[in-house]
Parts: sequence; C-alpha cells; structure tokens
Amino acid sequence: MKTIKVSVVTPDGPVYESDVEMVSTKALSGELGILPGHIPMVAPLQIGAVRLITGGNTKYIAVSGGLLEVRPDQVSILAEAAEVADSIDVDRALKAKERAEQRLHAQKQENIDYKRAELALQRALNRISVAGK
Amino acid sequence: MASLRDIKNKITSTKKMSQITKAMEMVAASNFSRAEGNAKAFVPYMEKIQEVTASVALGSSDASHPMLVKRPVKKTAYLVITAERGLAGAFNSNVLRAALQAIQKRHQSNDEFVIIALGKVGREFFRKRDMNIALDLTSIANQPTFNEVKDTVNKTIGMFADGAFDELYMYYNHFVSAIQNDVVEKKLLPLTDIATSKKPMSYEFEPSAEEILEVLLPQYAESLIFGALLDSKAGEHAARMNAMRSATDNAKELIDSYSLLFNRARQAAITQEITEIVGGATALE
Repeated sequence: MKTIKVSVVTPDGPVYESDVEMVSTKALSGELGILPGHIPMVAPLQIGAVRLITGGNTKYIAVSGGLLEVRPDQVSILAEAAEVADSIDVDRALKAKERAEQRLHAQKQENIDYKRAELALQRALNRISVAGK
Repeated sequence: MASLRDIKNKITSTKKMSQITKAMEMVAASNFSRAEGNAKAFVPYMEKIQEVTASVALGSSDASHPMLVKRPVKKTAYLVITAERGLAGAFNSNVLRAALQAIQKRHQSNDEFVIIALGKVGREFFRKRDMNIALDLTSIANQPTFNEVKDTVNKTIGMFADGAFDELYMYYNHFVSAIQNDVVEKKLLPLTDIATSKKPMSYEFEPSAEEILEVLLPQYAESLIFGALLDSKAGEHAARMNAMRSATDNAKELIDSYSLLFNRARQAAITQEITEIVGGATALE
C-alpha cells in the first residue's frame, strides 16, 4: 500500500514523523481525510485529534492551534502544541480542565478571558479524550 | 603598605569570588548548549511556516489581510528582547543602546511610541527613562517554551490588529557564534517582506485564502518573535559564559599579584624583626 510522509512540528521542536497510509483530521471546515497523492492544500485545523492510520493501526495525536499543509508526498502539521497520545500528562490536563471550568463559571460571556478559558477547556478536553484512546 | 592581614583578606575574598564566577560560567555553559539545541529544534517549524506563509501570501494576490497592509504611522512599537539579569558583558547594553538611539532619532516625544519589553533588564531600562511600556514579560525561563511566551506574543499581535500601534520593530541579539552576537533590527509588522528561498507552491485553500491568512499570519508573526527570543537566549548564555570566564581569569591574575605583595610584605616583616633583634643585641654589648 502506498504511504505518505507525515511530520508534526511545533515551536518546541518536531513531535512526530513517520510514513502512514492515511491522515484523518478535523479542519475548520470539517473532517478531512488525506491519502497519498492528494493535491497540494492548506487548511487550518480545529483543536482536536489527528489520526494516523497504518496497516489497521491508528495513532492519535492531540493538536491545538494548528495548520495542515498537504503535498502529494508529504503532510505537515504546524501546531502551537501537539502531543502523541501516550505522552500526554493526563493529571495536568484534568487540572487544566478544572481551572478552565471554574473560570467559565466565574466570568460573564463575551469577555476576552471567557473566550480564552473556553479555548483552554477545549484543549484540555481534547488531551483527555486523546489520551483515553 | 597594607598590613599582612589586609592582603590576606583580599586574597581570600577574591578567591571566593572567582569560585562564584567559575560556577556561573559552568551553569551558563550548560544553559548555552541547551539553548542552542532549542534554537535548532525550532528551525524546522520556522522554515515550514515561512514557506507556507510565502506561498499563501504571494500565491494569492487577491487575498489581503490587515497584517499585510501598510497604514499611516501614528504610533510605533518597539519590541526589545533583553536578558533577565546582567553579568553577561555588553549583551544587554548593546541591544538597549541600539534601540534607544533609533527611538531618539525617529521620535520627538514619548507619545509617538510604545515599548514592549521581553526581559527584566530592558523593562527597568525603559521604565527609568519614563517611556511607555505597553507590555512586558519578565521572569522568562532560561529555556523558554512556546507556551510560556504565547500570551504576551498573542497580545502583541492583537494590539497591532486593534490599532494600538501601526508598525512594530523588533530589537534583539542575534547569536552568531559562542563569542559573537549581533544586534538586529527587524521590522515585524506590517509583514512586508516575507521571503522564501524555495519556489512557492500553488495550493488549494480550504475553505479560502483569506480565512487561512487569518489563522496563518498571526501564527507566523508569533513564531518570528519566539524565534528571536530563542536566538537571543542562546546569545545571552554564550555572552554570560564569556563574561564569567574572563572574570575568573581576571580574579586569578589579581590573586597572583596579591600573593606577590603578601610574600613581599611577609619578608619585609621578617627582615625587620631580625634587624631589631640584631640591633637589640648590639645595644646590650
């Protein structure tokens, strides 16, 4: 089966690199599956999980604040933060979730801090759900 | 001549100081190699994002974004990256001098510009001169992570978008080698020169070029600032390492010359004692 090279890079260094058969992500406009030979494309990503599928195995990577760049032979994911499922610190994510929830309760809507807390909550939930897979 | 005990005290205190500077040199050396590693790890991300940004911004000329557009300048912002503390030779003063000179040349009054200070030394410097500090970030770790500086960087970009200032210059020490740092002035916003060495790809945009620029440009500008910070950190540790090494060397020299003085003084005391004894004996005869 044909494969495509995937690299996930963050400002703190490359996180993951390998050859896979399919990349499945959640772009701003919806679910997106990429197979080898895809036309060049750029799309912003939602906070969510990236699934890398090779021979029936699926690997999960939690990504926040990212961008997807596709070339026929290569997929690059540029994210502000990314973690492979088994390296996620679940305790930290749980704490972050609690903090974000508290802040959401304390503040009124339409506030900038409110939006930030909401984003933080999303990131934490994403990490927790990816780590559980 | 100073008394024997005075000289001895000086030797001991200089020795202790040289122990401290020696230790600081070693700490800086280990920080330096890690900072260099961080700066290297950041390169792939920077290259990739630069390439994509260039392709999107240049490839689709119909797509525009406020961050790409020059506007009449009412207020300028200067982002200055310094260290958290001194003891790094001319590291801080070089970059602060360059920034201050540029500001004094371009502006008549303090209302025409704001400062964004990354690093405590820079913040104190501009605060002492009563300049407007719009934003500051201090207690930056020796090995900063993106997460740590994200908020400040986000706010900086946000302030430009909200019109708090109309252009942004960045001043920092560019790490050249372990013994050389160059002060760099870089115009960050509006993004006018997005250069790339590779040929721009023609991409499909999902959903549209505008919406991608919306996400991509802030991320690009943020990574430019973060890259400069990593660069400056590597330079800082290298500069501190060198400063501490020469301090240790100087201390050694001082100890040598004090030891010479000490030996001389001791010999003089002995000679004097003998002369006194001999003089006393002669007087008794």
